Amino acid sequence: MNATGDAGSRVWADAALAATLCAIDPAGLGGIVLRARAGPVRDRWVGHLRGHLPASMPIRTVPLHIGDSRLLGGLDLTATLRAGRPVAEQGLLAEVHGGIALLAMAERVSGATAARITSALDRGEIQVERDGLALRIPARFGVIALDEGAEPDERPPAALLDRLAFHVDLEGVPLGDATASATTVSAVENARSRLPRIVAGDDVLQSLTATAMALGIASLRAVHLALRASRALAALAQRDAVEAEDAAIAGRLVFAARATQLPSAPSPDAAEAQDTVEDSRTEAEQDGDPFDRPLDDMVLEAIKAALPAALLAQLVGSDGVASRGRSGGKAGASHRSKLRGRPVGTRAGEPRGGARLSVVETLRSAAPWQPLRRRESGRTQSIARIDVRPEDFRVKRYEERSQSTTIFVVDASGSSALHRLAEAKGAVELLLAESYVRRDQVALIAFRGERAEVLLPPTRSLVRAKRSLAGLPGGGGTPLASGIDAALALADGLRRKGETPSIVVLTDGKANVARDGKPGREQATADAAAAARRLRVAAIPAIVLDTSPRPQPQAEQLARDMGARYVPLPHADANAVTRAVRAAAPDPG
Amino acid sequence: MSRPAPFPFSAIVGQDEMKLALLIAAVDPTVGGVLVFGDRGTGKSTAVRALAALLPPMRAVAGCPYGCEPDKPAALCEACRGAGRLKSVQVPVPVVDLPLGATEDRVVGALDLERALAQGVKAFEPGLLARAHRGFLYIDEVNLLEDHLVDLLLDVAASGENVVEREGLSVRHPARFVLVGSGNPEEGELRPQLLDRFGLSLEVRTPTELALRVEVVRRRDAYERDPEAFTARWKSEEAKVRRRIIAARERLAVVTVPDRTLERAAELCMRLGTDGLRGELTLMRAARAVAALDGDSTVADVHLQRVAASALRHRLRRDPLDDTGSTTRVERVVTEMFAE
Repeated sequence: MNATGDAGSRVWADAALAATLCAIDPAGLGGIVLRARAGPVRDRWVGHLRGHLPASMPIRTVPLHIGDSRLLGGLDLTATLRAGRPVAEQGLLAEVHGGIALLAMAERVSGATAARITSALDRGEIQVERDGLALRIPARFGVIALDEGAEPDERPPAALLDRLAFHVDLEGVPLGDATASATTVSAVENARSRLPRIVAGDDVLQSLTATAMALGIASLRAVHLALRASRALAALAQRDAVEAEDAAIAGRLVFAARATQLPSAPSPDAAEAQDTVEDSRTEAEQDGDPFDRPLDDMVLEAIKAALPAALLAQLVGSDGVASRGRSGGKAGASHRSKLRGRPVGTRAGEPRGGARLSVVETLRSAAPWQPLRRRESGRTQSIARIDVRPEDFRVKRYEERSQSTTIFVVDASGSSALHRLAEAKGAVELLLAESYVRRDQVALIAFRGERAEVLLPPTRSLVRAKRSLAGLPGGGGTPLASGIDAALALADGLRRKGETPSIVVLTDGKANVARDGKPGREQATADAAAAARRLRVAAIPAIVLDTSPRPQPQAEQLARDMGARYVPLPHADANAVTRAVRAAAPDPG
Repeated sequence: MSRPAPFPFSAIVGQDEMKLALLIAAVDPTVGGVLVFGDRGTGKSTAVRALAALLPPMRAVAGCPYGCEPDKPAALCEACRGAGRLKSVQVPVPVVDLPLGATEDRVVGALDLERALAQGVKAFEPGLLARAHRGFLYIDEVNLLEDHLVDLLLDVAASGENVVEREGLSVRHPARFVLVGSGNPEEGELRPQLLDRFGLSLEVRTPTELALRVEVVRRRDAYERDPEAFTARWKSEEAKVRRRIIAARERLAVVTVPDRTLERAAELCMRLGTDGLRGELTLMRAARAVAALDGDSTVADVHLQRVAASALRHRLRRDPLDDTGSTTRVERVVTEMFAE
C-alpha cells in the first residue's frame, strides 16, 4: 500500500498518532509494527516516538538473532565467578520492563523468538527456567517491530502481529510529509496519568466488536487493542470517557490493516469469505477441466501404490546430506555447527575455533571438585573463588537445520494434459502429503503454452498448494526449458537464503517450445537439455517423474542431463482404478 | 510480589469442549493429557491457568520435593519410602508452566549449583518435572518446544518416572503429571509421537456470533480493569465447578461401563480406523469421567458422543490434503452410528 500525494501526509499523521498512543500505553497496546525500509522517514518516526517517551522509560533494541540467555536471562559468568555463587543476569525483556523493545528486522524474526516475546506480552512477566535459575521477573513492555520486508510474504510472525495494536506502513511516504508532531511531551504525560480513570461505555465495546466482525477480523485481540487505543485517545483529548470519535479513530488505526473483507459483504467469518471467493474461482476454472473431482480422487487412490515410497526422503538422501533412516520425517539438511541453530547439549572441550563455552555446564563440572582442589592448593581461606581447570570446560553443541523446500515443476502442456495431467496432479498431491509430514515447504511451477509460471511461491500451507494445483488448466505447447529455468531461479534464490531446495519435475519430456517462446521441437529439446545441464551444475537434487503412458526415452534423457533420478509413473489402468474405488468405498451397513 | 488472580474458569465464554476436556483431566488424570490447538486469541492459555485456581487441594508428604501421596506406599519417592511415619499437609495441585527457552537442567533437575559452589555439597535440585508430579505440566506453544526437550518429556510421560544421570548424580523420582499443551497449528506441526501422548485433543475457534464476541470482550475488559472485583464476582460460580470436580472424583469409582457401551466404543474406533487400543481406552475413560461429572451412574451413548471428537480426532489416519478436518470426519461417523 503505497501512499502518494495527499495520502502521504495522512498516512504519516496516523503513524505519528499511533506512536503517540503507544507512548501513552506501551504495554497495554502491545506496540506497533512499522513497515518501512531503514531511511530518513523511519528515523524521523522513531525519533518522534522517542521524543514522546519520558526519560525514565527504557527503550532497547532487540537484535535479530538474539540468544535465549540474552533475551530471557541466565547466569552471569563474571559475577558468578567473582562471588563464588550463582548470580543471575537480567535478560533484555526484563530490562525493558515499563518501556519499549525495538525489534530489528522483525520480518526475519524466528517463530521461536517471537513466541518468547509474545509469551511475555501476554503475561506481563517472564518465567526463567534456565541455567539452574527459576525466576519470575515482571516484564510489561511495548514492542516496536521494524519490518523491512520487501515482498508481501516477508512479514513478522503472525503471532506477534496479532498482539501489536497498530500496523503502520510508511513505504512510499515522502520525507516532506513527515512533519513534526503538534502533541507535546507533557500532553502525553498528562494522558498517561489520566488513562486508568477513562471509562468506555458498553456501546463503544459493542460497536468495536461489531466493526471488527464486519471487517472479517477473527481474532478478538484486535477488539481489545482497539478498546485500549480508544481509551488512550480519550486520555489524550483530556476526556474522562471514550466518545464515538475516539472509537472511530481507534477502529481505523487498529482494524484497517487487519481487515480481510469489506463491510459491504457481511459474512460471519472472513477466512471463510475469502475461501468462498477462491473456491468459486477454482470451480469456474474447473468447469473446463475434463477431470471432475471424484475422478481426481479415484486416480489419486490408483497411483498411490504406484509411487515409490518415501520418494522425497530419497531425493534429499541422494544429495548425501541427510541420513535417510534415522532422520526420516525430519526436515532439511542438518549439520552440526559450532555457532548457530538449536542447542543439542554440551560436550567436553575447549572454547576454541569459535565454539562457545557453556558457562553453567563448565561450572557444574567444576563444582564437585572444589573442596578437593582447595585442599590440594592449600588455599582454604579464599573460598570466594572457584577453581576452574581446563578439563572442566564444556562447549555448546548446536544443530543447524535449514528449511527444505520442494519445488514441483508440472508439465501442463497439451501432450501431458490430455491423458496424464490428472494423474500428475495426483502424484503431486501425494508428494505434497509427504512434504507435509516432513515439515517441508513446497512451491509449484507450471509450464504450458509459451512460458512457465510460479503458481505458488514457497509455502507450508498445503491447502493453498492443493488449491492452486486443482485450478491448474492444461493444454498448449511444452516450454520445458522455461520450466526448468524457472525452477532453477527459484532454487537458487532459496539456496542463497540458506535453505535446501530440491526439484521434482513431472513431464513426458517432449519439449516443443523453445526458451524464447517459439515453437519448434529441435530447438526446444536443445534448450531443455541445456537448462537441465545447468541444473546439474548447480547440484540441486532432482527427480524426473515420467508422466507419459509408456516410459519415454526423452524423459529419461532429461533426467540424465539433470543428474536426476528417473521414475516412470506407471500407467494407472482401468482395473487399478476400479480396484482402488472398490477399496475406498465405505462398507455397506 | 503478588500476582493478580487468574481469569476465572467459569467466566470463560463458550469453548465448552475445551472446558469439558480440562474438567475430565481434573477428574481422571489417567485420561492422559489435553492438547488445545486453535486460533489466536481464543483464551487457550487463559483456560489452563484458570483451571489451576480451581483445583481442590491435595494431601502431600510434608517437605517432600516431589509432593508424594502419603496413602500410596507404592508410588513414594525413595526418601519418603525410607522415612517411616509420614506427616502430610494440604498443598495446592501443582500447575507448572514449562516456558519456551527452558534449559534441560531446569526441566529434569540437576546438580544444585549454589550448594555445590558454596559448600562443595553434591545435592540434587529438582526440576520442573518434579514440581509437576501429581499435577499438570503446561506447555504453551507446544509445537515450538525444542526437540531435545520433547524427547525428554516423551520418555518421562511414558514411564511416569524421571531418571537423572548427570554430573555424577544418579537420581530417580516419580513424575506423573497431566500434560497440557496449547498452540497454533500455523506455527508448525506436532511430532506424531508427542501427539499420541495427549489423551484428548481439541480445536478451539473464536466465536462467530456477535453477542458471544461482545461478551468475551466485555468480561476480559472488566477483568483487566479490576481483577480482584471481577474474580470476587465469579467466586460462587467457581466454587460450584470445584464441588462438581470433587463429587465427580468420588463418583468415578462407582460409575459402571456396560458391555454395550464398550462395544459401541470399539465399533466407533473401528469405523474411524484409529490405530491401536489407546483411542478406545481414552474414549472409555473420558466418557466415564463425563458420566461422573454429570452425576450419572452408568456410561451411555450420550457420554461417548460428547467426548468422541476430543478423544479420537488426533488418532485418525492422517490425510493432510483432505480439506474436511478430522473433526468433521469424527462427527460424521458419530452421527451415522448413533442414528442407527
